[in-house]
Amino acid sequence: MSRRVVVTGLGVVSSIGSTMDQFTASLRAGTSGAEVHPAMVEHRFGCHVAAVPSGIDELAERYFDEELLLAMNSGHRMASIASVDAWTDAGLERPASGDDAVNWDTGAIIGTGVGGLDTTGGKIVPLTDACKVRRIGSTGVEQVMASGVSARVSGILALGNQVTTNSSACSTGTEAVIMGLDRIRAGRAERMLCGGVEGESHYSWAGFDAMRVLSRTFNDRPQEASRPMSGSAAGFVPGAGAGVLMLESLDSALERGARIHAEVLGGDLNCGGHRMGGSMTAPNPTSVQRCIRGALADAGIGPESVDAVSGHLTATGADAREVRSWAAALECSPGDLPAITSTKSLIGHTLGAAGAIETIAAIAMIEGGFVHPSINCEDVHPEIEPFKDSIPHQIRELPELKTIIKSGFGFGDVNACLVLARHQG
Amino acid sequence: MSKEQIFEKVVAVLKRYTKNEDALNGVSVSTNILEDLKVNSARLVDVILDFEDVFNIEIADEDADGVNTVGDALQLIEARIG
Repeated sequence: MSRRVVVTGLGVVSSIGSTMDQFTASLRAGTSGAEVHPAMVEHRFGCHVAAVPSGIDELAERYFDEELLLAMNSGHRMASIASVDAWTDAGLERPASGDDAVNWDTGAIIGTGVGGLDTTGGKIVPLTDACKVRRIGSTGVEQVMASGVSARVSGILALGNQVTTNSSACSTGTEAVIMGLDRIRAGRAERMLCGGVEGESHYSWAGFDAMRVLSRTFNDRPQEASRPMSGSAAGFVPGAGAGVLMLESLDSALERGARIHAEVLGGDLNCGGHRMGGSMTAPNPTSVQRCIRGALADAGIGPESVDAVSGHLTATGADAREVRSWAAALECSPGDLPAITSTKSLIGHTLGAAGAIETIAAIAMIEGGFVHPSINCEDVHPEIEPFKDSIPHQIRELPELKTIIKSGFGFGDVNACLVLARHQG
Repeated sequence: MSKEQIFEKVVAVLKRYTKNEDALNGVSVSTNILEDLKVNSARLVDVILDFEDVFNIEIADEDADGVNTVGDALQLIEARIG
């Protein structure tokens, strides 16, 4: 039997809170983090709304010294704050920068979907076009290299195991957790900081706006703009943030008496091959269902053990297909589908961070015994109407909630699915 | 601008990059930027750019390569601002 893996630390930076207490309170209340974003208005986007964390620069100044901050763009700051928070939440002491001790048994898989476009668009491109390449200075590369976010964290926390950045579009954050699970199960690490980040940059969202997949009909009511599963949903609200989880072997966690937030029972990753209805931008429903079933099989549980579903559910045309896929994979008739909620209704779509922040939300729900409201879908989409009783418009208190299944689906027809459970000895 | 003023501004620039704040307390012309202040060698590029901005001068890459100590920086800057 493979080693059991638990979550011993959580760190979140989001539009609805950058501490776990604040984040959990917002989940319970169904608070929206969406606001009008001035850069999107100024640059004449169709969508004027984004969900971004506030006060990040001030927060970062409390965490990191000036020399470090000079080379930390938006994504670096969010990922590093979330990582330090996950680290300290796990009961570990933050290493001093002058201390040469390396944590050989601890690594990091911190993904990003788009990456440091604030640096690329705000510095690299304009300075290069102006023939002022030398003015980029020494900090350009480390902020735009895809692995910059995990590399930054490894320096702050002296990580000596595998340190890498994965990227699988909107399934990135969920994928990172599954990759960390695999590494610890295989005995190649004791602890892995896993998660995802997406910095704040209108450059990152411009291409999505051009595709007309961003919400543009609720610009005057920003907190109603993110509407997964709604009949009036017309695209997602882009977001920024970071989520990082400390995954740890159960043996290590027990040995050092760590608090255990939840157990990662299992997960699966696959791709639809851009076939059977799948494409670069649409998921192959057969592969989605295979991924969900694969995660359950890996976790060693049957679909009847699932108490709640944290969907990918972005507020695009794919929501109805996704809900049908959940019902098929969990072998449910419409009335029997467990509670299904979309964290994106609150925090928008944080792209490469989405799976990680939403996994942290799922763990908060397991620990608190509730399913958070999926807001702005009182007008349930007609194709989702048969499943309407499974959608919590208000908080659903479920003290007996033990197991949540969480998915992330991404451009490229890639899927990730994770099974999380209350730790029971 | 007096030598003292230039020195103060040079130290202010270096302060952002130094990893050994204690060494800044006894900083002098003989202080080595990499060895004593523990400035990351990659960041020397940024130190030179900051000197250009603070003193409104241009420093050629080959001249920047000769800056090892605080005194080297002072000499280079003094020559540029004449």
